[in-house]
Amino acid sequence: MKLGFTPEEEAFRAEAVAWLQAELSGPFADLRGITSLTAAPDRRRAWERRLGEARWGCIGWPEAYGGRDATLAEQVIFAEEYARAGAPPRLNHIGVELAGPTILAFGSDEQKARLLPPIARGEQLWCQGYSEPNAGSDLANVRTRAWRDGGDWVIEGQKVWTSLAQFSDWIFVVARTEPGSKGPKGLSFLLVPIDQPGVTVRPIRQITGDAEFNETFFDGARTAAANILGEPGQGWQVAMALLGFERGVSTLAQQMGFRNELDAVIRAAKTNGAARDPLIRQRIAKAEIGLRLMRYGALRMLSGGTGGAVEAAALTYKIQWASWRRSLGELAIDVLGIAGEIGEGADYGFGELSTLFLYSRADTIYGGTNQIQRNIIAERALGLPREPRGDIG
Amino acid sequence: MRFSFSDEQAMIAETVRSFFAEQATSERTRAAMETAHGHDAELWRSAAQELGLVGLALPEEYGGSGLGQIESAIVAEAAGHQVAALPLLSTALAVRALVAGGTADQRAHWLPKLASGEVIGSYGEGGRIDGGRLHGRIDHVPHGAVAELFVIAADGGVALLSRDAAVVTPCTSMDQTRPYARIDADGAAVELLADGPAAIDAAMRAGWIALAADALGGAQACLDRTVAYAKERVQFGRAIGSFQAIKHRLADMMVEIEQTRSAVYWAACAADEGAPDALLAAHAAKALAADTYRFCAGNMIQLHGGIGFTWEHDAHLFFKRAQSDATLLGTPEWHRERIAVLVGLDGTCLDEAA
Ligand SMILES: Cc1cc2nc3c(=O)[nH]c(=O)nc-3n(C[C@H](O)[C@H](O)[C@H](O)COP(=O)(O)OP(=O)(O)OC[C@H]3O[C@@H](n4cnc5c(N)ncnc54)[C@H](O)[C@@H]3O)c2cc1C
Repeated sequence: MKLGFTPEEEAFRAEAVAWLQAELSGPFADLRGITSLTAAPDRRRAWERRLGEARWGCIGWPEAYGGRDATLAEQVIFAEEYARAGAPPRLNHIGVELAGPTILAFGSDEQKARLLPPIARGEQLWCQGYSEPNAGSDLANVRTRAWRDGGDWVIEGQKVWTSLAQFSDWIFVVARTEPGSKGPKGLSFLLVPIDQPGVTVRPIRQITGDAEFNETFFDGARTAAANILGEPGQGWQVAMALLGFERGVSTLAQQMGFRNELDAVIRAAKTNGAARDPLIRQRIAKAEIGLRLMRYGALRMLSGGTGGAVEAAALTYKIQWASWRRSLGELAIDVLGIAGEIGEGADYGFGELSTLFLYSRADTIYGGTNQIQRNIIAERALGLPREPRGDIG
Repeated sequence: MRFSFSDEQAMIAETVRSFFAEQATSERTRAAMETAHGHDAELWRSAAQELGLVGLALPEEYGGSGLGQIESAIVAEAAGHQVAALPLLSTALAVRALVAGGTADQRAHWLPKLASGEVIGSYGEGGRIDGGRLHGRIDHVPHGAVAELFVIAADGGVALLSRDAAVVTPCTSMDQTRPYARIDADGAAVELLADGPAAIDAAMRAGWIALAADALGGAQACLDRTVAYAKERVQFGRAIGSFQAIKHRLADMMVEIEQTRSAVYWAACAADEGAPDALLAAHAAKALAADTYRFCAGNMIQLHGGIGFTWEHDAHLFFKRAQSDATLLGTPEWHRERIAVLVGLDGTCLDEAA
């Protein structure tokens, strides 16, 4: 067991720091410190392309597809320095962290060669078309249909809560391709270009006042037959594997961003005197512990390879970070007091920490709610009996 | 950077796990509990002599194996999983204090004896040292009734006290597997350590990690045993483990335990590497592990229903050990307060002025 970094790894760190500094003090200085997922989309698109050009976009990927074959330690280091530099959240995080790894795992050579480099270059942004009005936790209940028409798939149906669809070029869609099939059977995993007449994206305003997610309508939308990942009817396996990637290196990157948020809470508490309150001190200490442990939890899961205890432990990670961040949001608003409830400007704009308080209510919902995740832990990691299912027909 | 066991560490873990599982059985622990000293002498002998577990972290020149905190944590976790009735923690405190703060003579004389298990050590705080003599009363000395050598952090210095120089009285202790004793020192002759502050610092840091590892092992045992019970106990025509109210609690136990596992090994690793955040890590591990253990042991009783409340069932052993792990060497709140200071909550926010 070894946590320290080697001189080579430290040299890599220096290279990353230098590059990030140069960009974020120079041409991209305006993006430094941005935390909102929807702010300055055009500039952040340019940032994605800049990362790609310099091959910092997807460093863990194979070189052949635009990555650097970076080791785990290097990925950790880059994620740390990225957050430390105040670089903005990745507009293409779904492409980089979910679509990409899934294509790497399930794609044909042709698909990998065609689809991965544009993600690595920061040219094509992706979003995730899983949830539907009647298929949330019960994702296998999707109704969106697709069928073959000559060399194309044709898609009909509706997705909802599609994050960042308004900025995306591609969406991956779980659709029912075997008429009359039920549950996880008969589904396919389709990759669909968004910019076409058959796809309509309508933003939905959320609790923060912002609109990061959308309704996405498919009305005779088309995609080439080649744009299916895995076999027709086997989409569920692909969809589930993708959810597994949500606990990959991306969790490390995210955790580094949380550091900035906790630091902001600590600064606020010191500034307004809340840091003298013994209960606030306890909560800040708890948050600090939880934050550190997210890092070591992620490192443990990533260092430990696959299989057995580590695989089971990894199932706990979603609840760990989601609950942590929700508590951080509550701590943030409690530190601010009433001042945190007063906004800036006329259009429901709040400061970073107040927005964090509101936004963090989503963490325990998206990517599978805490309740669903507890079921998964209980059944898959602890081997408890499956919960009975009703038949809603 | 590789945050997982080396092959050698995995092997040690395997060995100690099966050793404690086979030897530190409920029957043996209960037999030791019935005595005032809460000590399984036979188990102690084989742990120290056959496996060398007591001297694991001691330099080889003193008869140890020269391993680190990670290996010590592995042992403490395995012992904790069985609530073994052993003075592992108390001896470790004395050993660490001596290594860090003892004179050359004190180290050469005592460490080999402690490593071999021949002498049991412990640690206490209190009293007053004056002209080479210790006065006053020292409470809450873990496994004090079987220890022969005490490191006492008193007003006026840190010193070695041998058992015959004072009066040691066993206490009726809630955790009978780690009972406390009281020392009355009425001018007992003591020998000062060369560097008292270093001795205390080393003993505390190692003690916090050892307690956290003990709690990790115990909490995991609470989960394992409760999961097994939830699969077999049938109510309303279903295994109780099929009810979400039960499943979700067990899942929450696992979530807390996995965080605690990261905390314990982070703290141990940071200590071995002398990392700048080693102190914060040790506080974090102790605070979190204690909370996790109490949460899991409490749930163990609740989810077992009536049987979980009986003397006959082992649940109370874990519950009581969890309480002891929480209070010994600083409560979770105390450790979190230290962390609050470490993250700078006491200073004013200068960068805010900019
Ligand atoms: C900010 C945000 C961004 C999102 N982005 C995306 C995206 O990009 N793409 C996408 O496809 N989806 C996205 N989602 C959707 C998200 O995955 C779903 O909201 C989530 O899976 C829950 O589904 P639901 O909203 O239909 O709630 P429901 O499934 O209706 O759940 C309602 C309540 O019932 C509970 N519940 C349901 N079933 C059970 C059960 N078996 N046991 C116990 N409790 C249960 C749930 O925990 C919840 O509390 C996003 C959601 C949010 C909030």
